[in-house]
Amino acid sequence: MLNLELLQVLGLKIFFAFLMVSVVMTFAGYSVLAERKVSAWMQGRVGPNRTVLPFVGHIPFVGSFLKGIGIFQPLADGLKFLFKEEIVPGHVNKVYYYMAPLVALVPALTTMTVLPFGEFFHHSGKSTPLILADLEIGILFILAISSLGVYGIVLAGWSSNSKYPFLGGIRSSAQMISYELAMGLSLLPIFLWVSQPGSSIASLSLVEIANSQNASAWLALVQPLSALIFLVALFAETNRLPFDMPESETDLVGGFHTEYGSFKFGIFFVAEYAHIVIGSAIFTLIFLGGWHFLPWINDPWPSNWVGTLLGTGWFLIKTISLIFFFIWIRWTLPRFRYDQVMNLGWTKLLPLSLANLIFYVILVTWLDLSAATP
Amino acid sequence: MAKTRVLKRIPLSLSERTYLPQIVTGLKTTFSNMFKEKVTLQYPEEKPSIPQNYRGIPTLVKDPNGREKCVSCQLCEFVCPPKAIRITPGEVPDGDVSREHVEKAPEEFEINMLRCIYCGFCQEVCPEEAIYLQDEYSSSGYTREEMINKKDKLYELGGTLPDEHYKWDNKKKAELEGNPH
Amino acid sequence: MIAPGKEDSVVINLDGKDVSVPSGTNLVDAAALHGKEIPHYCYHPQLSVAGNCRMCLIEMGTPMRDRGSGKAVLNDDGSPKIGWVPKPVIGCATNVSAGMHVKTESDVVKECREGIMEFLLVNHPLDCPICDQAGECRLQEFATDYGRGYSRFVERKNVKPKRTRLGPRVTLDDERCILCSRCIRFSQEVAKDDVLGFVDRGSFSTLTCFPGKELSNNYSLNTVDICPVGALTSTDFRFKMRVWFLKETRSICTESSAGSNITVSSREGQVYRITPRRNDLVNDSWMTDSGRTLFKTVKAENRLVFPSVSGSRVSLTEAMDTAFKLFKNKRVGVIGSCKSSLEELFLLSQFCKATKAKKFIRGHFGEDDGILLSADRTPNLRGALVSGFANKYPKSDLSILNMALQKGELDTLVVMGENLLDSKVDAASLSGTEVVFLGTHANETSKLASVVLPTLTAFEKSGSFINRSFYVQAFLQAIPGPAGLIPDLQILSNLISSVDPESDLSPDLKKIWIAMSRVRNSPLKGISFSDLKQGTVQIDGSKWKNMPFVEKSALHHNPMMKIK
Repeated sequence: MLNLELLQVLGLKIFFAFLMVSVVMTFAGYSVLAERKVSAWMQGRVGPNRTVLPFVGHIPFVGSFLKGIGIFQPLADGLKFLFKEEIVPGHVNKVYYYMAPLVALVPALTTMTVLPFGEFFHHSGKSTPLILADLEIGILFILAISSLGVYGIVLAGWSSNSKYPFLGGIRSSAQMISYELAMGLSLLPIFLWVSQPGSSIASLSLVEIANSQNASAWLALVQPLSALIFLVALFAETNRLPFDMPESETDLVGGFHTEYGSFKFGIFFVAEYAHIVIGSAIFTLIFLGGWHFLPWINDPWPSNWVGTLLGTGWFLIKTISLIFFFIWIRWTLPRFRYDQVMNLGWTKLLPLSLANLIFYVILVTWLDLSAATP
Repeated sequence: MAKTRVLKRIPLSLSERTYLPQIVTGLKTTFSNMFKEKVTLQYPEEKPSIPQNYRGIPTLVKDPNGREKCVSCQLCEFVCPPKAIRITPGEVPDGDVSREHVEKAPEEFEINMLRCIYCGFCQEVCPEEAIYLQDEYSSSGYTREEMINKKDKLYELGGTLPDEHYKWDNKKKAELEGNPH
Repeated sequence: MIAPGKEDSVVINLDGKDVSVPSGTNLVDAAALHGKEIPHYCYHPQLSVAGNCRMCLIEMGTPMRDRGSGKAVLNDDGSPKIGWVPKPVIGCATNVSAGMHVKTESDVVKECREGIMEFLLVNHPLDCPICDQAGECRLQEFATDYGRGYSRFVERKNVKPKRTRLGPRVTLDDERCILCSRCIRFSQEVAKDDVLGFVDRGSFSTLTCFPGKELSNNYSLNTVDICPVGALTSTDFRFKMRVWFLKETRSICTESSAGSNITVSSREGQVYRITPRRNDLVNDSWMTDSGRTLFKTVKAENRLVFPSVSGSRVSLTEAMDTAFKLFKNKRVGVIGSCKSSLEELFLLSQFCKATKAKKFIRGHFGEDDGILLSADRTPNLRGALVSGFANKYPKSDLSILNMALQKGELDTLVVMGENLLDSKVDAASLSGTEVVFLGTHANETSKLASVVLPTLTAFEKSGSFINRSFYVQAFLQAIPGPAGLIPDLQILSNLISSVDPESDLSPDLKKIWIAMSRVRNSPLKGISFSDLKQGTVQIDGSKWKNMPFVEKSALHHNPMMKIK
């Protein structure tokens, strides 16, 4: 006989997980729209403005406005992917070919389980973070899971049995490995910093990191170099331009997904944007204070459900701005060449992050020592 | 011979070597572009203005009296590089009062728009100023047959254009006032 | 038309160059021999000289002679002094004489031509876009070559009737007429049917038929050909097709044994008109009106377009196999045709040899008009003799065949297009006999036939005919035959090789000609098909001089002098 309370919690968790997945997926879908719109605006165009739902389009002003900003476009895109003819080339390795898009999407969605996006204030004044699973080692979990995403790409490239996807897969794995190092090393000083004696926090939990920036400096301001390296590595890990080696339309046709079409391609597409959404959220949490207001300023919202909503909203605004930044960069910078990507990763970012780490180790040690000997 | 000027390469400064200031400049440029006026033309609703000398779909025109100007001399058929034009000549019956003095007119006039290359030779060669490449540029159909413009379609597309000569009216005038034999 | 001079050739000075020309020629022809064009409208080499268009005006002079002594007057340098005619003369009416000096490109001549062109164009309508002559119009050509290039005429042009009917086949456009009188002279001199003339004066001058007459003789369409402008038009060809689209093919008229040389004008597999081709040995520049309509048989309703066995459509191979069964080890009679080409008749003879067949042939005869429509209405009766198919002069019927049939001597007949039932062969005597019909058009015999193998018309194949004066003339394929049909020669060669697998007779014309010229005592010895493409070749017909040929003496044909 099952414990009723456990069942209740389980049900709630499933409900929240479902909610979270739909929110992240919606965000991913609308990032695609944002990508198209922003790129259009930057190039003097207007972007998608034709798709419309029946009836909605006839509402005066609102209908035409929604149509104009292309709000229904992701819906149409999704439907298109669903209804397109499913073509599987004869030369692929069927099992892995079908598995690859799932392997790409699942890690992207899994990482959000440890992603806090706000805090809930009880009447008692106690606050609970809004998170599916508040892991002590949240960031490690994210690093571990998100780098699994590369398997989807490698698998796709290999199972397609075709040269362009194959090259895309190889490049992708090389790029992931190269930037994973710099990414991890750039995070270490953060944890050194937030775990310093005198501070009560000593954990890898994202909630703790976000809360440590409450009413104090954002970590991006404390450790700008770490923030920069993390950001660059984040671009590389999400395969965004200028680091779009696995895809690289210009030299590899479509890279790893050349042989994919219809919904399987759609999954790859969504996975890529899910990565961006989650990457932006993580960067917001670690470097931009999460759901907390501005640096050195106490949260101006009350400690009740209004505050929860405002805090979550603030977090979303920061994340969305970062997603915009991702898009903005893409339509500003030219692509790297493959060797330049490798060069930047191994000879620039890795030594820099090592130097950064050593610098903060010395700094934190010195601060610790001076704190220990008052 | 032009002299090759060797430019001196100035070494990049540290900030330039990080590329960050340049990236920021680029970001500024793209960001400011977002607020500029859009150049997109909303095509089916808005149409571009067609210049006077545009070479659109070849059409047959009538003179202001509503007479067909083409006399089926077949020069356009002859000059047409992709052989898109096919004319079946016909005789205008003697008693046709509206077309007095016109002896010949096309019985059938076909322009195959799948072949036409819009070169405008037909317009240039036409001695009667009967064929014009006007401002219509969009042509579509579901079958190959639909893409062959027949005489009716060509006159419908062409309409009536102003005339400088009134060749047949002048001939009639000459007959009435001039030297009838 | 001009009496020849005493010497064979004289030397004249043409634009400062001494050239030798045949004596008695006029200056237009003499200049043409040396590549100088003297433009002309009214002059035609095969008609009398009228000299009324004035387009061929040139400067001419002869060596001066002292009136008293009759000695040549010399210049200071010893060359003969030329007495130039003070005004330009017309080239067409001026015969060459020894020492004559001619200027065809001087300023005066050019000015004359410009003036003449201007006058001719004063009342000429701007009809070129609809004029059938456009593209082969002398007025167009000379206006660009010798005209002023622009018009000073601001008054109104004359308006004249545009569609006057001169005869059943000729329509006159009065506005376009430049009054050259070629058509009048042709009617009088060649057609011997004096019906045309000019009436009224000045700008009212008009070509017309004499009262109560019309231009209806069998040569009326030649007036359309010689009309230098678009005034006389063929009612049949009028407004049908612009001449620059037409592909011209050299061919021979199949109407009669006169063998007029013709040009077949076709576009995209359709013949639009037939015009005479100049050959001064055979037909000058003329042909009959009736011969010009023959191309209409190509698309006739009774044209045979598919092979059939007992009236039902079959494939060509199937029809050939059935035909082969009908004459394998059977008593075969072959009815040849004088309308077949020389090569076909030769292959047919070889077929007869292979099947040991009896040969029959008939002639088709009619009235002789003494010009280009001879009494023998087949193009190749002499070809049947030369090829060895016929040994005797054919009769006008096949009563011999009828007798053979009544005796029951024949099991199978191979008929080359002839209709047996109008050749005194009874339908009753044909019963019990299988008929294999090879022909272009259906007739009573083809309906009786067990196997019908369609063949091609003379427009759809190449070959050669021998005309009434034993001239061998080649005709070339102008248009493709109906889809799926093969040339007669191919059919015959296939039939021969099915009977005699050893045979190496090819359907190729060149190879047939090699085989023909190898035959012992053949008058075709030394001739190849490519020779015929160069021009007419006369062969020795003395072998047949005692045959009762029906042709009367006519244009370029004298029955008494037919043997070389």
